[in-house]
Amino acid sequence: MDIKINYRPVWGLKTKKFYISSHFFTALTAICGLIILFILFLILSHIFINGFKHISWRFLTTIPQTDFFNVETTGILPHIVGTTLKVFIMTIFGVPVGVITAIYLSEYSSNTSKTTRIIRSAVNNLAGVPSIVFGLFGLGFFINFIGQNIDELMKYQEPVWGKPALIWASLTLAVMTLPVVIVSTEEAIRATPPGEREASYALGATKLQTIFNIILPRAFPGILTGTILAVSRAAGEVAPILFTGVAYFMADLPHKLTDQFLDLGFHVFVLSTQSPNIEKTKPILYATVAVLVVLTFTLNLAAIFIRARIRRKQRASE
Amino acid sequence: MSKKFSQTEASIQSVTERRGVYFRKVKERIIESLMYTISLSVIAAIFCIFLFVGKEALPIFTGKTNSALVQDPIKPEDIDKYSPEQIRIYLGLPKSKFKKLDKETLIALLEVKMEAFKEIPENFKNDKDARVNTTQWKYLIFPHQWTGYDKPVYIWQPVSNIPKYNIMPLIVGSLKVTLIGLLFAVPISVGAAIYVSQLAKPAIRETLKPAIELLAGIPSVVIGFFALLVMASWFQSVFKYEIRLNAFVAGIAMSFALIPIIFSIAEDALYAVPRSIINGAYALGASKWQAAWQIAVPAAFTGILAAILLGFGRAIGETMIVLMVTSASEMTWNIFQGARTITATIAAEMAEVVFGGPHYRILFLLGTLLFGFTFIANIVAQVAIGKFKEKFEGLK
Repeated sequence: MDIKINYRPVWGLKTKKFYISSHFFTALTAICGLIILFILFLILSHIFINGFKHISWRFLTTIPQTDFFNVETTGILPHIVGTTLKVFIMTIFGVPVGVITAIYLSEYSSNTSKTTRIIRSAVNNLAGVPSIVFGLFGLGFFINFIGQNIDELMKYQEPVWGKPALIWASLTLAVMTLPVVIVSTEEAIRATPPGEREASYALGATKLQTIFNIILPRAFPGILTGTILAVSRAAGEVAPILFTGVAYFMADLPHKLTDQFLDLGFHVFVLSTQSPNIEKTKPILYATVAVLVVLTFTLNLAAIFIRARIRRKQRASE
Repeated sequence: MSKKFSQTEASIQSVTERRGVYFRKVKERIIESLMYTISLSVIAAIFCIFLFVGKEALPIFTGKTNSALVQDPIKPEDIDKYSPEQIRIYLGLPKSKFKKLDKETLIALLEVKMEAFKEIPENFKNDKDARVNTTQWKYLIFPHQWTGYDKPVYIWQPVSNIPKYNIMPLIVGSLKVTLIGLLFAVPISVGAAIYVSQLAKPAIRETLKPAIELLAGIPSVVIGFFALLVMASWFQSVFKYEIRLNAFVAGIAMSFALIPIIFSIAEDALYAVPRSIINGAYALGASKWQAAWQIAVPAAFTGILAAILLGFGRAIGETMIVLMVTSASEMTWNIFQGARTITATIAAEMAEVVFGGPHYRILFLLGTLLFGFTFIANIVAQVAIGKFKEKFEGLK
């Protein structure tokens, strides 16, 4: 008996139409990618072309005394210092917690345990909480709860801790950027070759010794990437610090953790929405934006390069 | 003798060694449990966010705030006839502050309130709306015909004689901007994700992917600035609409912030589709595009959906862009009108509210609402991603 086989190509014959439609849609998706690049290019070029010509050494190193809208005399030193302090304190508090959590998740806990699953889910959820909600959290938790209780314990007459302050803004940002550090560190730890870990155990090293001598040195670039990304994200965030520490204007640099501070991102907001004469103050606005973007961009580029190097090494070791 | 001695020495050595091992074990255990405690802090953070944002909004839920303009006054000499709680609510003070006040201060405050009551114009004293507590749920959600309006309206007007806190205009405003942002961001970012993950040559992929991710590095305040100073004027000259700062501009600007998020998650999902089934499609005669569109996209569909959902969560919580680019308006679905969003309202009004007052509580209520929205979006997206990963487990 003959078996009749129907050789029908699943996707039709390779006719001319076949190729044209394929090429058309491929081009269409490529255009989507190009549109994104174009948007990036548009924003950056506009900011850099208009911004760089107004940046001067005097502008970067002046502390404006009274009228910070005055184009001739104003400067952004306190804003640069404020932003730097903000991310620095955030790093001190946030990064260790993030790194330890990542080590626990990847080295100690089993992937199937309930706690691990809840922690992972919490990390993902934390990454999705809107930044303004972090601001409310900072106000409700750090200032109204912790700060006011400290004041009550210390019997201060005036609120010292129970008001917007540098430390509270930084801590709010530290909570916000935890997921960035955790995800990045975990990825780096996972990339350490299993052979090295096993060799370390075979030589009699304990888990902790393996972590400190083998895994952490190997994962260091990944931790660095996570930290850089966290810093870059925090440097540009305005919403979480609106109620937790940023000041509209002050003629001095912050001296204590309980001082308020000035911030580059918030300054961009102030200059673009509260300026008495937007046309006249445009030069300082563009210069401030350029400084902020250079800051976050350099950080991001550095993170991308380090990460690319890690991935290349990982591929080489596989 | 010497043999025996060395034996004892050896056993002593082994005991100390064992003790060393024991201590090391204890040390390891302690550090492990320390790490465990620290890693729980992430859960604590989520929990605290919910607790402390919700706590400030709690009086709304329990009906303990009163925003009525005209309340039957408590005369200072009658202070003993009322319970402290009644007086606290009448004065609108937070509990912690109320505790610190002695009776004389309270009487002084009641006198001030009495004076203020006398100064309220007569026409308000007879106004039925002046006596309502506008923080009740029926005024927050449903339209109400206020004095002077000819039909029931949804209105957010917290700073007026009779504060009106209807949250529907804010929800509509948020959804309006979010939908415009998603409509623009989803096709572009998913298209780019298909290209980068399936169609592009490896060299193009390696450069295009980080470049697109760089867009995520632009702070939202900078995108807001760009939209406010540059895009708003361009769009107005092209589309010739009346209101310069409207939901349309805000939506497009917001899509710049959404594109990198949706792109990177959708790209991850598409890249995770096993090469074997795509090669199978090639073997059956499919072109690259057909394999991408008919095999990879359906296979990664849950992942792409999760990406869109996370984009939605990000969009509804985006603050600085909408704060800078939208102007306030009444409730309308017209995209060329302004939009008042939940986030922008919180950011703009929190600085001016009376601490612990009804307006303050309502803003925290909005924060809780926002947290709820994004929490649900996140959980659903996580479940979707989990399902997606399960499907292809073990396949390459």
